[in-house]
Amino acid sequence: MPRTSFERHLHELQDEVLVLGSMVEKAIYCSTDALKNRDLELAKQVVADDTKINHKRFEMEEKCIELIVTQQPMAGDLRIIVAVLNIIVDLERIGDHAAGIAKIAIMIGNEPPLKPLIDLPRMAQKAGDMLRRSLDAFIHRDAEAARQITGEDDEIDGLYDQVFRELLTFMAEDPRTITRATRLIWVGHNLERSADRVTNICERVVFVVTGKMEEIGASKY
Amino acid sequence: MDPKIEAKQLNFYYGKLHAVKNVTLNIREHQITALIGPSGCGKSTFLRTLNRMNDIIIGTRVEGEVLLDKQNIYERNVDVVELRKRVGMVFQHPNPFPKSIHENVAFGPKMLGLTRTIKLNEVVEKSLRAAALWDEVKDDLNKSGLALSGGQQQRLCIARVLAVEPEVILMDEPCSALDPVSTLRIEELMQELTKNYTIVIVTHNMLQAARVSYWTGFFLLGELVEYGKTVDVFSRPTDKRTEDYITGRFG
Repeated sequence: MPRTSFERHLHELQDEVLVLGSMVEKAIYCSTDALKNRDLELAKQVVADDTKINHKRFEMEEKCIELIVTQQPMAGDLRIIVAVLNIIVDLERIGDHAAGIAKIAIMIGNEPPLKPLIDLPRMAQKAGDMLRRSLDAFIHRDAEAARQITGEDDEIDGLYDQVFRELLTFMAEDPRTITRATRLIWVGHNLERSADRVTNICERVVFVVTGKMEEIGASKY
Repeated sequence: MDPKIEAKQLNFYYGKLHAVKNVTLNIREHQITALIGPSGCGKSTFLRTLNRMNDIIIGTRVEGEVLLDKQNIYERNVDVVELRKRVGMVFQHPNPFPKSIHENVAFGPKMLGLTRTIKLNEVVEKSLRAAALWDEVKDDLNKSGLALSGGQQQRLCIARVLAVEPEVILMDEPCSALDPVSTLRIEELMQELTKNYTIVIVTHNMLQAARVSYWTGFFLLGELVEYGKTVDVFSRPTDKRTEDYITGRFG
């Protein structure tokens, strides 16, 4: 006997995870673009949009509670809703990291650039890509893909190491760059944390599929 | 810890109908085990094999073993009355005798030879207290059991079972005729009772099984499909049929 109405709500909920995910992914790209291109308008937009992300997360949490109360989900259904409750928190936090980057971009404003940004946009690209694929894995219940994405966090950590070392060299050579270099390290940190949040999402995918909670791949940071 | 009851390759037949199929299951002492499944899945029949309540139905047959503290209850020399004293039962519809509250509870101990009034009064009070009914009825123990509300009547029936000091209590849909508040009272009571008793409950209400039990068994077409800790059965069942049933996609 299909539970048509409940299943529709459950599908809608998962569709909304994708919507929230794309809002967050966009925020990661836009915040680093704003930084790279010194686009203060875009940076302000990212900060403003973060409020929408937060709002959407609360709205989805309400929906989860409503489904738990009215439908008493069990087994696989329950795991999906519990996973959504966790995933939306991770997404919201990644949104905060993106907003953090946008705020740094605003802080830096029109100061002369320290160096052309190469690795930071690369980190953003990688983190955004991992995020999108983790949500694909969630929708397709693909625990294998989730495990693989988690492994890719090492790449992000490697890029962060590289960024850190390079900026350290700048600071060592010329103390006047310390402020600007530190801000860029913050950006790297925000991106590194974002990728860590993606690995949390991947763990939730494994939970939905297998029912097991396991830590898959521990970040260096 | 040794199981209180062990069913071993138990089969039960109503004439040609094979109602319970090769069920092996351990009931842990001082814990609540819930048996769930759709109507006609054999869960109540299985429950009734645990104190030989099916013996009274003509044309039935049992194969396999049910061990109560390692002793097979289907052996020839087992005294069924003594067995049912040790393994009491509460039914779906409260069924107090058309007698006073006091007489309802004192009935069992009297049948077992207890005659001293003081001792009987003690047993009645103790049992009614354990069944969480004492405070509501203590001022009028001579009132007819049938004059109580449905929830009170069911607690009276539980008190009646407790009066003979059983070790195991079998409950067959004990709350299905009760309102939600009475249901919650019985569920609370069940938790209290696990300090001294082992409880097996058959319920149609999956949420009740999830709320009250530590172990859950899912029956389908006479088979025990899945048996495990309640939290696992309801959050990560291993069998697709269990998943379909508890997520409401069965049938």
